[in-house]
Amino acid sequence: MKKIYLDNAATAPILLPVIWEMQKVLYGFGNPSSLHKSGRDAKKLVANARRQVAKLIGTQPDEIVFTSGGTESNGSVIFNFRNQKIIISAIEHPSIMEPVRRLDETLIAPVNKSGRVNLSAFKKLLDEKPALVSIMLANNETGAIQDVKKIATLAHAAGALVHTDATQAAGKVPIDARELNVDFLTISAHKIGGPKGVGALYIKKGLALEPMLLGGHQENNRRAGTENVASIVGFGLAADISRKSLRATARKMTTLRDKLKSGIIAAIPDVTVNGDPNNSLPHILNVSFAGAEGESILLRLDRLGIEVSTGSACASRDIMPSHVLMAMGADAELAHGSIRFSLGVDTTAEDINKVLKKLPPIVENLRNLSTIGKKYGRK
Amino acid sequence: MAENNSDWLYSDEVKDHFFHPRNVLFEDESTFPHNARGMAGNVICGDQMLMLLKIKDDIIKDIKWKTYGCASAIASTSMLSEVAKGMNIADAFNITPQEVAEKLGGLPPNKKHCSVLGDEALRSAINGYLSENGRRNYEVK
Repeated sequence: MKKIYLDNAATAPILLPVIWEMQKVLYGFGNPSSLHKSGRDAKKLVANARRQVAKLIGTQPDEIVFTSGGTESNGSVIFNFRNQKIIISAIEHPSIMEPVRRLDETLIAPVNKSGRVNLSAFKKLLDEKPALVSIMLANNETGAIQDVKKIATLAHAAGALVHTDATQAAGKVPIDARELNVDFLTISAHKIGGPKGVGALYIKKGLALEPMLLGGHQENNRRAGTENVASIVGFGLAADISRKSLRATARKMTTLRDKLKSGIIAAIPDVTVNGDPNNSLPHILNVSFAGAEGESILLRLDRLGIEVSTGSACASRDIMPSHVLMAMGADAELAHGSIRFSLGVDTTAEDINKVLKKLPPIVENLRNLSTIGKKYGRK
Repeated sequence: MAENNSDWLYSDEVKDHFFHPRNVLFEDESTFPHNARGMAGNVICGDQMLMLLKIKDDIIKDIKWKTYGCASAIASTSMLSEVAKGMNIADAFNITPQEVAEKLGGLPPNKKHCSVLGDEALRSAINGYLSENGRRNYEVK
């Protein structure tokens, strides 16, 4: 059975050229800090990857710090503002939500029904004179793209620095950190066809963050520890490939995503599309199926080789469903019945057709055995 | 969760009951003649169970259910319905969530509440039946 992987927002398959390149590097063994030839060779590889990653997000190479991934990049920014006021949005990733939960002075900017930050409410929060604003470039559950440029302009005018988590947006929409006018920006390799366990943090020239890891001068004294050379090289190549193919990939994904969306709406009654259709990443579709629970839909699809994800409560220890959908004012029932489809560079029209064939009977069956399903499913 | 050899999130028993639920009612509840009805849980929390029983001479002659919820919620209700069918109502009332979970080969810790809700719905159906017949309700041992 050919697997149909529609969970690329969780992680995307590693690109073959990335594997080959990393394999070559793994045979090398130099420590980039060493002065001899082996060390210098490794150092060159890291420098090249830094240029490739910088180019993906429109920054200078020396503004890039390699980290272990998005979580570390996000966490190290929040860590630096731990004794100050921070504004975040209500739909941030847990790697922002959890660290700020430990802080006293966090202000949460609400979002509207389509999952975009409510700018007038955000402006009011700025009266509190925060030191940092951290709002994601695009949401990982709904794909809703935020107006980070405007948010950054407002925040700067109020004297705050600005961080954006661009983990989900990278490689899907063009990113220019200068144009966005942000001070810090997070990206991760494994969402763009690179390896897991490596990411980067953009720190605008002239700004400094206190490192979380100490004990070495690596990354220009901004993050200690011997560089993960092979993964960094893989990250660089994935950044390069995804930058060059961005337009074509985004166009293709948008077409297929819209085909999936209209197909689901046509075949299944009582569905709600979550997010902002006019400001959305090209690869994410989040749909709620009234009367059918998300995890059950996911596992029934999984048996047929179709892999998707859910933000529903049953997937976690939390009793409440997706904080993102709840922040958008969704009904708890609809939030429990939500499925995220996220397309990848390899997704085909045939894959989408198969999903459109297999999904409707699953939803119908679950609605029929559900206590609340009988009011749904009839057109 | 108990270790199992399945490559699945849940045990093979949960998987089996989730994909092939027993005694489930797909149609409207009016299509199944019953004289006891119990409901537990709520949609806000993501799980809701309905138990319908056909009781004669204090024996559960037939049982049907509906569940809104995740795989372990569906599997727990299905397993419970198999265990309770044919039982005396006094014995069925005392089936514990642990028994159901054990028969399912264990449930992950965050899914234990799923097996509790099915039991609640069954007990509520039985006590409802007793009340309707002017009899004293059972109490949980």
